[in-house]
Amino acid sequence: MADEQTISERAKQNGGGAGDGLRGRLGSLGDIGGVGGGLAKATGEFARAGSRLADALADAGREAVGGAAARVADEARDRLTADLDDRDPDHLREQLPLLWLLSSFWFRGEVRNLGNIPEEGPVLLVGNHSGGNLTPDTFIFTLAFSTYFGVERSFHQLAHNLVMASPYARLLRSGGTVAASPANSRRALESGAALLVYPGGDWEVHRPTWERNRVDFAGRKGFIRLALDAGVPIVPVVSVGGQETALFLSRGAWLSQLLRLDRLLRLKVLPISIAAPWGVNVGDFLGHIPLPAKITIEVLEPIDVREQFGDSPDLNEVYDHITRVMQETLDSLAAERRFPVIG
Amino acid sequence: MRLNESIVISAPPKLVWDYLAEPSNYLHFMSGVTRWEVAGEQRSGLGARYRMLIHVGSADVGGLIEIVEWKQERDMAWSSVTGVDQRGRWRLRELPDGRTRVELRFAYGVAGSGIPGWIAELFAAPQLGGHLRRSLQQLKRQVEHEQLRAEAAARQRERAAAP
Repeated sequence: MADEQTISERAKQNGGGAGDGLRGRLGSLGDIGGVGGGLAKATGEFARAGSRLADALADAGREAVGGAAARVADEARDRLTADLDDRDPDHLREQLPLLWLLSSFWFRGEVRNLGNIPEEGPVLLVGNHSGGNLTPDTFIFTLAFSTYFGVERSFHQLAHNLVMASPYARLLRSGGTVAASPANSRRALESGAALLVYPGGDWEVHRPTWERNRVDFAGRKGFIRLALDAGVPIVPVVSVGGQETALFLSRGAWLSQLLRLDRLLRLKVLPISIAAPWGVNVGDFLGHIPLPAKITIEVLEPIDVREQFGDSPDLNEVYDHITRVMQETLDSLAAERRFPVIG
Repeated sequence: MRLNESIVISAPPKLVWDYLAEPSNYLHFMSGVTRWEVAGEQRSGLGARYRMLIHVGSADVGGLIEIVEWKQERDMAWSSVTGVDQRGRWRLRELPDGRTRVELRFAYGVAGSGIPGWIAELFAAPQLGGHLRRSLQQLKRQVEHEQLRAEAAARQRERAAAP
């Protein structure tokens, strides 16, 4: 909260400052590195476009309009951010039937071993991420967590600010999705909540379909540092099936470079897929209708990093261990599937 | 949505009641139930609370329930405290031949969930109804087995007592 108040004060004091504050706020998303999660991380391109928007607002504020721009920037900041208190258990509870219908009949969702999650206290849930910009694994897990432990237990997922400003933001906010930032991650865990992150983020979520059974965190280890700082256990969450909701052809990093979008809009991926209802779908900016692929999620046993790796653990060793156990589980889940999509 | 299933058990109401009153039995005979734990100090009776989950569709749904009616060997009703809205009732009635008619009533829903909630209730009904039917069948098997054991034990005692 302190960060937000500081930003707000700066915004009110001068227009340029407000823009800078907003840019700082959005730009801080990059700092989180491997910790980003939820649907938000799947929309990395939106995220970076958000930073550009913040830049533009900052520039506009700085250049002239003073107080007016400050108010605009302040308003934009309010719309583009979400905090822990936006979670609304009552609203989430009312949405559970809709999530249950989608999860049960469209995705035939199956979540195993939720009992591995500690009954109480803060916990860092670390998942592999699939499904492009519409990630079924996130909401299937949110449904399962909320019905298993009850909506009364605090549960947050990290998402990008621009996703929080999307038309379905209210649903996400009420479900506990918060803006991806180190401060929010820390606050969520300090408040005793369970926090779900997807270290692989946009890199993993847009991987080609033929790499669907591969855990790929792109070497991001921020989540381990977060767990160590907060002193909470890591619970790996492995899902299979999400990358069969469309035919993902390429992350499109080369296309982004070719079109200079990596420099102009900071888009490092420009995913290419074949997805309903668009056919060839470049960017996945508008999302797509996911194929009804069966999604299976398995929760693994908690990992107490200090207990298992000592007081000063080697992050690379911890990272290798976590990704290995997740990959082994994913291999096992993939071996159970007889057909693509059908499961 | 309200579901209602019944069965006749060849055992007196007391035996059925004793079986239903013991919370550790629920994981043995209730179909689809993945969790049934005593919550708090009170194990059974009016005001006892249990944390229960039943697998429906892709989720384990349920929550904290509390016994709100306890009429020995006749009626046991519960209501949800947290989680999905639910009310349930065990209704035991003795038949003239000494057997027991057991009725299981279960009403559920999520208040305020609108049309999706109504559709979800409809879609969940067949699976939940199946769970209830199988639960009653398993209850019948377990209790009648208990009845046979009790009768055999009584015969054994009689033989042992005979000169």
